[in-house]
Amino acid sequence: MKKIRKPCGLHCIKINHLGVRLGEQVILEDVNLHIHCGSLNVIIGKNGAGKSTLIRAMLNDIPHEGDIEFKDRENGRIQKLKVGYVPQSLNIEKNSPISVYDLIASYHYRFPVFLRKKKCIAGQITEALKIFEVEDLLDRQVCKLSGGQLQRVLLAMAIMDEPNLLLLDEPVSGVDQNGMELFYRTMEYLKENFDLSVILISHDLDYVLKYADQVILLDQTVVKSGSPSDVYESSEFKEIFGGEELPGYVSGKREKRRRAGDTTWD
Amino acid sequence: MGLESLTAFFQYEFMRNAFLAVLIITPLFGLLGTMIVQKKMAFFSDALGHSALTGIALGVVFGVRDTNITMIVFAIVFALLLNYIGNRVAAFDTIISVFSSCSVALGLAILSAGGNFSKYSSLLVGDILSITRGEILYLLGIFAFTLIFWCFCFNYLHAASIHRTLAKGRHIPVKMIENLFAVVMALIVMLSIKWVGILIINALLILPAAASRNISENMREYHFFSLIFSLFSGILGLFISYYANVATGPTIVIIASVLYFSTYAYAYKRNV
Repeated sequence: MKKIRKPCGLHCIKINHLGVRLGEQVILEDVNLHIHCGSLNVIIGKNGAGKSTLIRAMLNDIPHEGDIEFKDRENGRIQKLKVGYVPQSLNIEKNSPISVYDLIASYHYRFPVFLRKKKCIAGQITEALKIFEVEDLLDRQVCKLSGGQLQRVLLAMAIMDEPNLLLLDEPVSGVDQNGMELFYRTMEYLKENFDLSVILISHDLDYVLKYADQVILLDQTVVKSGSPSDVYESSEFKEIFGGEELPGYVSGKREKRRRAGDTTWD
Repeated sequence: MGLESLTAFFQYEFMRNAFLAVLIITPLFGLLGTMIVQKKMAFFSDALGHSALTGIALGVVFGVRDTNITMIVFAIVFALLLNYIGNRVAAFDTIISVFSSCSVALGLAILSAGGNFSKYSSLLVGDILSITRGEILYLLGIFAFTLIFWCFCFNYLHAASIHRTLAKGRHIPVKMIENLFAVVMALIVMLSIKWVGILIINALLILPAAASRNISENMREYHFFSLIFSLFSGILGLFISYYANVATGPTIVIIASVLYFSTYAYAYKRNV
């Protein structure tokens, strides 16, 4: 892994006319996005708006229309886009004999993990883990990590080969306020210190307001995008999230919402 | 007992062959089992073993001289078909059960036509003592092939089993690698089913890996213990079955089960 670089501000990622169909059903239609490098872009929307589908389409996990361009802004040269992905959870059960080393080495190296633990590979993985202050977890079993630890390990794994774009879900509900704050700080650290853009699915509009550079309101297509306050004040936002009760980002309302027992938007 | 009985054991050609066969088959099963347990495919491999009957039956129906060939071809088709459907439906275990019972019934019906089933009943329990030198060479070939496959593809298989989308995002050919694994599994199960038997082949695949899983913390330990357990139960089972004059396959399975329960108890104690 190369050294941490400042974002250059010279690249951009363009998503053109992206669409996903499941048989007759249209899940996403004509999604156009412009992502600047070094920015935190947050996708919001109701359940079933196609947020996860958009991420899967960008990963080429499902068939889709349209394309994704990665350009140098100066001379328009098109480069190959490297995408990092951080899933919300892994398919790892209790008592699985999989260490953090096994997990990361399986995805990033060809040397078979069952033969022996290679020093040079372990060294490189430790370097990546250090960025997120979890280097002591290298030999820990993945199934025994806490939610926060696992997320940091997955982040370390995602940025190991210096992606230009990082796709991820916000931690699932159940993470406490401190955990959320820590998560968004990490996002901020990433975009400031690495040459990459982040696309994040979020369920917590307060944190989005505080940290996002661009908010994308999704409902089958991009209904509204722009700065958080622009989007939150738009009529489209009020229509989707039901105007009066909201916006929850007005401090104080959050408390009311929590007391009502409704902590997420999903 | 002692050295003399050990030499008595090895003075028979069939015992020497059986010993060699155990030395090849059990590590192979130990290796393969790690991934079968990891991917929760125990039911899948069980169904695969049962499909041997249908493959042989088809060979009989079409008048093929060497029913081994139809058995292997059918198992490969069966495994790929199961994989294909498994990717599309949610209730995978139900589908496996449907396929498995269907093919077993078909196989039994055809093979029992004319009251001839006793000819094939040895297939159910298997007989490792009847293996010949030439057949051991076949096994050696598949062993070498599997080792190479494992070294080149294990990381991919492992990555795909942990998170498919993540693996696809890293340009791992998930579908191809899963199909290849199913084919390798079909090959190994079919080539060893005559010696191990349909009824217990799955136990040999699952037990050593499951026992190893109880006490391992990473992939190296997992593979190491699975191989050791498998080899140990194979060799000990062969010796005991010789002296106690019982069938070899079941003896091996009993020892592997004891290992499983011991490791389970050990892990339970350690975690409490």
